[in-house]
Amino acid sequence: MAAEPDPRIANMDEQVALPRQNGELVFAAPWEARAFGLAVALNEAGVYPWRDFSQGLAAETAALEQHGVQVSYYERWLETLEKLAIARGLVTPEELEARTAAYAFGAHDDHTH
Amino acid sequence: MSGNHHDRQQAGTESYAALRTKALEALLVEKGLITTDVIDTVVHAYEQDIGPLNGAKVVVRAWVDPAYKKRLLADGTAAIAELGFGGREGVDMVVLENTPTVHNVVVCTLCSCYPWPVLGLPPAWYKSYAYRSRVVREPRVVLREFGLELPASVEIRVWDSNSDMRYMVLPERPAGTEHMHEAELISLVTRDAMIGVAKVQAPAAVARG
Repeated sequence: MAAEPDPRIANMDEQVALPRQNGELVFAAPWEARAFGLAVALNEAGVYPWRDFSQGLAAETAALEQHGVQVSYYERWLETLEKLAIARGLVTPEELEARTAAYAFGAHDDHTH
Repeated sequence: MSGNHHDRQQAGTESYAALRTKALEALLVEKGLITTDVIDTVVHAYEQDIGPLNGAKVVVRAWVDPAYKKRLLADGTAAIAELGFGGREGVDMVVLENTPTVHNVVVCTLCSCYPWPVLGLPPAWYKSYAYRSRVVREPRVVLREFGLELPASVEIRVWDSNSDMRYMVLPERPAGTEHMHEAELISLVTRDAMIGVAKVQAPAAVARG
């Protein structure tokens, strides 16, 4: 299904365009690639149209800029993804908090594969 | 095992983002909304297929295989498809060969048509009005600004992409790379060389020698 990149994702507007080097995607850490894959996979699964994500990312970016806050591209991406997942009822803020805390304290490392 | 401050300091906010991502992924997988395999596939597809790597493979194959090069110049779309690359847009690919006397450069004067299945994401300057308007009027000057000085004897051809025709440049194979294997050659071919605003450079040591 994801055999070919979607040009709507590959060619987003300058303001929210994917970070790249010599045309290729650049991930500064493994989690950035996971967050990228999650957002794209949910779109491909039909959970939301890509427009919803890209507009969310643009809004997130604009809001941070207005407050003069410097946040990395994929941190903004993750924030957008979390908000969208919560708004669509895929996860609740509480379970996300709880799971994050659990991982922070080393629990749940053996989640099922 | 004992948590130490050093780790926490190094990890910083990135570690928090990593935990958040892991938590979100785990929850979505548990709810059956997504599988880790699908995420892996997506990441792989975009990492591998979105960059200029596909184009570089096409170029290098043409360098080492004269029969392939002939097919590539005759029917770019079909020859590129032979290597397994193609877009979902159904547009024709035309490959332009650079020679010692002819240099090709690609633009899209109307918008930003770009052969993304082979070259990945277009660079910001490709979409800029300055490049789109100037490369047609004064290609030699624009190429010089990219650091590409061409002798006056070299003819420059500018190709304007459109919705059903995408161009890609087949750059010249640099001298001093005769001994190199296909995999090594691929790493030399840049996106800019395939747009036509640069030449492929031999590795410094070889070029100097």
